[in-house]
Amino acid sequence: MATGTDPAARTAGTETGVHSPTRARIAARHLRTDRWWLAPAITAAGLLAFVVYSTWRAFSNAHYYAAPYVSPFYSPCLAENCIPMKGGPNWEIFGSWWGLSPALLILIFPLGFRLTCYYYRKAYYRGFWASPPACAVAEPHKKYSGETRFPLVLQNIHRYFFYAAVPVAGILTYDTVLSFRDENYAWGHMGLGTLVFLVNIALIWAYTFSCHSCRHIIGGRLKHFSKHPVRYRLWGWVGKLNDRHMATAWASLISVALADFYVYLVASGAFEDPRFF
Amino acid sequence: MTQLERQEWDVVVVGAGGAGLRAAIEAREQGARTAVICKSLFGKAHTVMAEGGIAASMGNVNSGDNWQVHFRDTMRGGKFLNQWRMAELHAREAPDRVWELETWGALFDRTADGRISQRNFGGHEYPRLAHVGDRTGLELIRTLQQKIVQLQQEDFKQSGDYESRLKVFQECTVTRVLKDGERVAGTFCYERESGRFFVLEAPSVVLATGGIGKSFKVTSNSWEYTGDGHALALLAGAPLLNMEFVQFHPTGMVWPPSVKGILVTESVRGDGGVLRNSDGKRFMFDYVPDVFKEKYAESEEEGDRWYEDPDHNRRPPELLPRDEVARAINSEVKAGRGSPHGGVYLDVSTRMPAETIRRRLPSMYHQFKELADVDITAEAMEVGPTCHYVMGGIAVDSDTAATRGVPGLFAAGEVAGGMHGSNRLGGNSLSDLLVFGRRAGLHASQHAAEHLGVSRPVIDETQIDAAAAEALRPFSAEGSEPGAQEPGRPPENPYTLHQELQQTMNDLVGIIRREGEMEQALEKLAELRVRARRAGVEGHRQFNPGWHLALDLRNMLLVSECIARAALERTESRGGHTREDFPAMDRAWRPVNLLCRPADPTGGLAATDPVRGQIELVTTTTEPIRPDLLALFEKEELVKYLAEEELYE
Amino acid sequence: MTNAAAGQQQSAKYVANFRVWRGSSEGGELEDFKVAVNEGEVVLDIIHRLQATQAPDLAVRWNCKAGKCGSCSAEVNGRPRLMCMTRMSTFTPSDTITVTPLRAFPVVRDLVTDVSFNYQKAREVPAFVPPEGVAPGEYRMQQVDVERSQEFRKCIECFLCQDTCHVVRDHEENKTAFAGPRFLMRVAELDMHPLDAAAESGLDRKRTAQEEHGLGYCNITKCCTEVCPEHIKITDNALIPLKERAVDRKYDPLVWLGNKIRRRPE
Repeated sequence: MATGTDPAARTAGTETGVHSPTRARIAARHLRTDRWWLAPAITAAGLLAFVVYSTWRAFSNAHYYAAPYVSPFYSPCLAENCIPMKGGPNWEIFGSWWGLSPALLILIFPLGFRLTCYYYRKAYYRGFWASPPACAVAEPHKKYSGETRFPLVLQNIHRYFFYAAVPVAGILTYDTVLSFRDENYAWGHMGLGTLVFLVNIALIWAYTFSCHSCRHIIGGRLKHFSKHPVRYRLWGWVGKLNDRHMATAWASLISVALADFYVYLVASGAFEDPRFF
Repeated sequence: MTQLERQEWDVVVVGAGGAGLRAAIEAREQGARTAVICKSLFGKAHTVMAEGGIAASMGNVNSGDNWQVHFRDTMRGGKFLNQWRMAELHAREAPDRVWELETWGALFDRTADGRISQRNFGGHEYPRLAHVGDRTGLELIRTLQQKIVQLQQEDFKQSGDYESRLKVFQECTVTRVLKDGERVAGTFCYERESGRFFVLEAPSVVLATGGIGKSFKVTSNSWEYTGDGHALALLAGAPLLNMEFVQFHPTGMVWPPSVKGILVTESVRGDGGVLRNSDGKRFMFDYVPDVFKEKYAESEEEGDRWYEDPDHNRRPPELLPRDEVARAINSEVKAGRGSPHGGVYLDVSTRMPAETIRRRLPSMYHQFKELADVDITAEAMEVGPTCHYVMGGIAVDSDTAATRGVPGLFAAGEVAGGMHGSNRLGGNSLSDLLVFGRRAGLHASQHAAEHLGVSRPVIDETQIDAAAAEALRPFSAEGSEPGAQEPGRPPENPYTLHQELQQTMNDLVGIIRREGEMEQALEKLAELRVRARRAGVEGHRQFNPGWHLALDLRNMLLVSECIARAALERTESRGGHTREDFPAMDRAWRPVNLLCRPADPTGGLAATDPVRGQIELVTTTTEPIRPDLLALFEKEELVKYLAEEELYE
Repeated sequence: MTNAAAGQQQSAKYVANFRVWRGSSEGGELEDFKVAVNEGEVVLDIIHRLQATQAPDLAVRWNCKAGKCGSCSAEVNGRPRLMCMTRMSTFTPSDTITVTPLRAFPVVRDLVTDVSFNYQKAREVPAFVPPEGVAPGEYRMQQVDVERSQEFRKCIECFLCQDTCHVVRDHEENKTAFAGPRFLMRVAELDMHPLDAAAESGLDRKRTAQEEHGLGYCNITKCCTEVCPEHIKITDNALIPLKERAVDRKYDPLVWLGNKIRRRPE
């Protein structure tokens, strides 16, 4: 009877998805005629490039400090094997037993923040996992359980990485302040690197505050905005930023790599930091 | 033919729009086992298209509002032809019906103090329309749909079956109301998906099928509006009332052709949009009729001030009742002052900032952007009249929504006549659905309760067989009538017949009517009726739109004839009925109601007889308006409407 | 219509190549048609022209033809769309336009699919719970508090999001466990409703979103948002906030610790 609510009585055959026996028999996995593969391909290429670059830099354990600039990959520097940075965020919490690159100690946090980020999840699920490769393009996987099971259920801890990302961004802000010194640690100077750091930290904050978890914590969790006018206003601002979460995710990813690369160039002597004053 | 599935229900509601769902909710809450049957998917009914709001005198925005004022506006809008008791009940009960929606989860736009916000609308003295942006109909239908689901969830908890007491048969069509002697016994239905026939047996049937717009070429109505309920009632022996009153909404889209007729909500004007002709003139100031002279602004400045300060200024004439505005636009276009595509300009772009337009009229903004590629924040819309609503309908008892002469048959919503008189005010439709939907459900369930068990009506097989044969005829349509002169003619294409019908009604029984044209229309309808008997379809019964249309043609032809005959009979102009040959309102016609009933009571319908037709008219007079209701009006106003003898009573 | 307008209409006319899937659950194929197109038309107009001239029994659902009822959902060139909102002017006259039924649901005939999955899911979401002791007419809500849910109530139930969502589109077996974007959004709508008293009645919508409606299956790849003809930001405004609300309940170690401690004395 056409009540529209009969549970699907037909049982699935061997094929699932768009080739399930009850669906319209269309052999093609999709009928899209546009260049649907372009976006995931660019995403995958971009992310891959960053992964390669950041892995090289994180393990290199060199050329990450050129007074007054410290690479954002190595800040704060938490082991004894760090290059001393005057006034800089190098606290020897991990002491001398840590023999690897000190970048690894701290990169976990921004890495975790970005790895569990709602935007990046979309990007790599589509770009790397093809789950789905694009909308209405059948994915190649036989089974799918999404984020219901280990390990992907851990994506739910995104908010704690957000909590961690805030102090990290704070330290990078501190680094940016320190970059208003010259190579002899005298205050009141500025070079091209300072500018690079300023742009980077602005984008890092924009990305951090545009986070969906941030939006939830600031005000999204409330039932009655009208009873919390200040949080409602903040929620509105975060919401506006949140609209550009994808843009800030990419912009800050590129800027942090550029900031690191700038420090690398200066520290390795390949380039001399032009001083403005 | 006797192997059809039969199901027993207490109440069958035909139609799942606002009225049908409200009736079903009420019937179920009264304890009746209720079936709802609808042509579309559940939740797609034409009610979703309503944009402006639900008229209810809650007085949230202007505390001066109350039911008496609402009653007065409704009667004025309908030019006093309304069934006054319906208008009274409607005005009294509308606020409760709106408030009740909130308890079912509806989220209306709010006032600053947290109550339901209300907006201005044509013909309403105070801001009165509860609304949600410009998608109020969607909110209404979704709320009712979700209430039905909630009741089904309750039933599921009790019985383990969601559909034990309330079931929606979606994508099914009713082709006949079945009877046991005089009284209703059930409905004959087919499932659109499979073409399978089935019978729902019930002592009460509520018709809530909406309107008739698909008989006209330019219409805001969806394909469902083929006058099914009107025809079902007629065929079951219940008369239709005042079918000549068809509302042409003044502002339908006119371009591009594929969207011609789609509605541009009246809120565009309520919120400040103005009508201009090709000379850039706000022409509505030239079209304020005498009966409304004191109520409307005489200058643009005064009209513009009204939006901010309605207490000290009169409203702009763009907000006159719909019939006046539609006729004015028609005249401007005829006088050669129309827009390139045969409409006039409706402009908000010069009246409000773009941001305000996007916020207050979001779906209009999208509708024009996406359907017509027009940015209404930057340029004027082109609009023209479109067939929108039929004020006439099944004659019902004001209090119980029971039809005349067929016990157990009820009607509510657009399919019922009388509530709106000769012209409906915007916003009064949604409230009508709720008020009379509930009343129909209430009385249908009471009627059913008295006719259960041994007194249940019984349906004999011959009726079912006849209904099945009628429904199957398009598959075996003979190209030519026996003994015809051209043997071997191919069967008629139902799509072609439908287009010809729409063209006929639009051209000959449209906004402005003339005696000769309507006579021509009746001849053309007779011809179409003969040809419709030969309407044939290809393919099989499974989801076959050609077949569905062939069956709907019967209904459209019946209803169209009612409109044409009644319109020819009424020699005056009033509300949604304008005669070029009788341009004035005639007080003598005020108490006159025209009833349509089948000319051939045996049901044979004389379908092939072009002269006699299927419909005969009966002239009746209305009950006098109750004195306390008359006292709500100024004497000077009543003089304009009421006949001498009515005034003295 | 003026003569000038009629002239324009003539000049913009051309013949388009259409491929329309025709068939039933037994099988079917893409059929080629050549059909006239006029200026300003949408895909649904062309389908109607096919019905009226070449294929009278071509099955298609439609209703308002103005993007308000959500009936004419289909896939145009492989993308889930409302046919009434797909303007022909977005194609070039030489394009072949392929129209198929929704591919996530069982097909009935031609472009009509069995969307009962959605109605089943609708029933599984507990309805609005009215607050106790508040009479009709006494509901007071602020505009800022209703706006979030109002956005979700713009939904016209075209089920394009349900169709495009790979969780069920590509995995029939997930249909039992996963409500789909439309009905997870319904849960969010009710959870954000300022007067919904579900919590007071013992129903935790945040928890059931994950435990009963399959929120965890969503991997926020945003196809639902991309196809929504109402431009509802389903992912950003409904699904992710709902996930965050579930986190509040289930993955917040402070809450978890609190529960542990409180449960111990029992």
